[in-house]
Amino acid sequence: MEIAAQLKALEDKVAQALEQAKKLGATGAEAGAGIGWGLSVSARMGEVETMEHHRDQSVAVTVYFGQRKGSASTTDLSHASLRETVEAACVIAKHANEDPYAGLPDPDHLAREIPDLDLYHPWPLSAEEAIETAIACEKVALQYHREIVNSEGASVHTHQGVRVLGNTLGFLHGYPASRHSVSCAVVGERDGQMQRDYWYTVARDPEELESPESVGRKAAERTIARLGARSLTTRQCPVIFAAEVATGLIGHFLAAVRGGNLYRRASFLVDSLGKQVFPEFVHIHEEPHIPKGIGSAPYDNEGVATYPHDLIHQGTVASYILDSYSARKLGMTTTGNAGGVHNVLVDPGSLDRSGLLREMGTGLLVTELMGHGINLVTGDYSRGAAGFWVENGEIQHPVEEITIAGNLKDMFRNLVGIGRDVDRRGNIRTGSIWLAEMTVAGD
Amino acid sequence: MTTDALTIARRTLLAPAELEDRHLQQVIGTILSAPVDLADIYLQFARSESWVLEDGIVKQGHHSIERGFGIRAVCGDKTGFAYSDVIALDTLREAAANVRAIARHPGNHRQAIPCPNRPKTLYPAVDPLHSLTNEDKIALLRRLDELARRSDPRVEQVIVSLAGTYEIVLIATQDGALHADIRPLVRLNVSVILHADGRRERGSAGGGGRTDYRYFLEENRAETYVDEALHQARVNLEAREAPAGTMTVVLGAGWPGVLLHEAVGHGLEGDFNRKGTSAFSGRIGQRVASPLCTVVDDGSLPGRRGSLHIDDEGTPTGHTVLIENGILKGYLQDLQNARLMNAAPTGNGRRESYAYPPLPRMTNTYMLAGDHTPEEIIASVDRGLYAKNFGGGQVDITSGKFVFSASEAYWIENGRISHPVKGATLIGNGPDVLTRVSLVGNDLALDPGVGTCGKDGQSVPVGVGQPTLRVDGLTVGGTHL
Repeated sequence: MEIAAQLKALEDKVAQALEQAKKLGATGAEAGAGIGWGLSVSARMGEVETMEHHRDQSVAVTVYFGQRKGSASTTDLSHASLRETVEAACVIAKHANEDPYAGLPDPDHLAREIPDLDLYHPWPLSAEEAIETAIACEKVALQYHREIVNSEGASVHTHQGVRVLGNTLGFLHGYPASRHSVSCAVVGERDGQMQRDYWYTVARDPEELESPESVGRKAAERTIARLGARSLTTRQCPVIFAAEVATGLIGHFLAAVRGGNLYRRASFLVDSLGKQVFPEFVHIHEEPHIPKGIGSAPYDNEGVATYPHDLIHQGTVASYILDSYSARKLGMTTTGNAGGVHNVLVDPGSLDRSGLLREMGTGLLVTELMGHGINLVTGDYSRGAAGFWVENGEIQHPVEEITIAGNLKDMFRNLVGIGRDVDRRGNIRTGSIWLAEMTVAGD
Repeated sequence: MTTDALTIARRTLLAPAELEDRHLQQVIGTILSAPVDLADIYLQFARSESWVLEDGIVKQGHHSIERGFGIRAVCGDKTGFAYSDVIALDTLREAAANVRAIARHPGNHRQAIPCPNRPKTLYPAVDPLHSLTNEDKIALLRRLDELARRSDPRVEQVIVSLAGTYEIVLIATQDGALHADIRPLVRLNVSVILHADGRRERGSAGGGGRTDYRYFLEENRAETYVDEALHQARVNLEAREAPAGTMTVVLGAGWPGVLLHEAVGHGLEGDFNRKGTSAFSGRIGQRVASPLCTVVDDGSLPGRRGSLHIDDEGTPTGHTVLIENGILKGYLQDLQNARLMNAAPTGNGRRESYAYPPLPRMTNTYMLAGDHTPEEIIASVDRGLYAKNFGGGQVDITSGKFVFSASEAYWIENGRISHPVKGATLIGNGPDVLTRVSLVGNDLALDPGVGTCGKDGQSVPVGVGQPTLRVDGLTVGGTHL
């Protein structure tokens, strides 16, 4: 089916669901429908390993009976199932308690102009071509070095789809989007020690993907660099989070200023609006309208218009991350973040990664983190780590089987520098982040 | 059990699309006309709900229906897979044509070893969503909220959630067999935040299993989750900085068995070992743990969260010895990897849903009990950490390094518990952490039914368990030097 026809079909489903909710007595309703299709292939040791064809569809509906709310979803878009789903949402709403903060967004906040963010670039790749691409990617990794002895394979994913959102305030919009990726993971061995690492590229437009050969080479480089890893003795030292893991650190900040965690008082950054959290040179902002951006969206999951704004200005919290509900709970206004953030950018500094290492002199460069040891209520942070020990600004040896620990409040306040080696692949874009000190536990 | 399940599965999954058994076999037949080793169709219906109480009111609930099929063709080490949310003859045929293409790529064929059938009822074929009225579900949540707030004036936030799933699966395999299973699953969780003197701490607890909601009303189970969540938050309000460094660690019984899941369980899954990418590859028959350690995976325990009558390929689940008295004995297998490794399938082929192909996965993984009381084990430690409860964990299969995070921990000084310490991540090396187990408790406990395991983007419910253990040397990631 043509995209326009897909859009029309989904709009009909959404309109149908809203109409039925009203018929069942709902005072307000919101419905979203999506359909997507794609191909995933992987190759391992030079041959195809898996070939998967995807086709997903779903409808989700939220209904309000006054201040009572219920929601339901289904992957079955048949008329009967849709009706059953709306009914189920209504049953739940009738049983839920009155919540004075529940309800559709303020009509004034709904997106009116829908910017075209250029998010739809299908990759007309046959299964055979996808397999050849994966094989080519892995081949570079396998041939990179004699110490690359095994592989978890290379994968190629393509996905495109259409999503429509509507509510009983008259909002009804949809747009197509695509997302493609190539990844590779290989295993190296030296003196009986095995190490694995990976690399990936992801983009809306296949033209913007890194070449499969480059992905394979980086996966192999990273794996070889880890061979010979050993633990460190327990110590306190400066730590640089490489850009690809620094995104996680920024992610913890975003979680701590998300409305849901703030009104629940489940964050170490409650009541932090206008307060200094990072040093003055730190600037973090959301840019939802970057053309082809992985996180770009014209409106959020409630239909509220997204807009560019600061989250951290001169080190202080400029905005929380709110949807309509959490905003009402906090006595504030939605920031267009129902469903999450859309392209968070951390302004880069002037130094590249080796410049940062030189400036740090002695310390730890972290390239991989393990586990979930983040307590958002207290800010306590303790995670498994792997990376490299640095002396005189030079990498000395790979390290593993260590933990790094601190408190996020202190870690943010004691941020020393940000690199210009920005990882642009994800929804959070930052360079490497250098922290003054953390506790490293090891031997 | 099986006849009933089959009747329900046919009625739910086939009848609405006017499909009959023969249609499934016809579709499989079109795949088998190509040179493949395995072909199957997995049809699934799942109805789930959740109710969440927060700020003293039931704010929201969610209901979801998932229905679809996944179809697979395996040719040696190659897999073709397709799925659809639309169960119909034309979508089945189209998917079959897509997966059949994998057979154009010749694979490495091996001989299959058949696996015996073991029918036994582990959980009832009930729809848990209907085991309590909606009014009673809400009353339960409100009662727990009130109990928490009444029990401690420092309670600032209570979140209680109740979730249930009614799942029906139907698996058609290339030998003409049709397997069905009805899988109920329920879960109740209580999370509290205590606020005192400017300090906030969270505590959470919960449980569940393959049963219905009435389980939470028996033996005051729901109330014990409230007590446990409050206890955890209170302990953490008093907690001092956690230590940093390598030290003797005593691990509590029950959920801390997540150690076994991360340190050895994943590394013993067949796919990694067939490919030689696991730190345990090629080590069958070698010592990987102290002689005190016997570790098993058992998907046939009645009512447990990780239990299944049959896995998602139709193989009956069972009791698989992974490590016996410290010696590595076996791997966890699905059909494809068992075939490629000349091993028997162990009933560990699992998938998140019809939209994902099966992988070798754990079910309920635990260590058998030893001789010592937990008190003796704590008394044996001069200085060390007693990690009584845990959050989640993660492992790097290839290097063997694993982590798990303590959520309730105490410092031991001269054989006695001295004071609580903050949560911290512990890190170790899978193939040698169990060689440092010097004492094993007599208090084997399985977790209360809260585990979810992720692999290749697929989540499945699992169980873990262990007795109290003493490990002589594990790295504790605190901040206190």
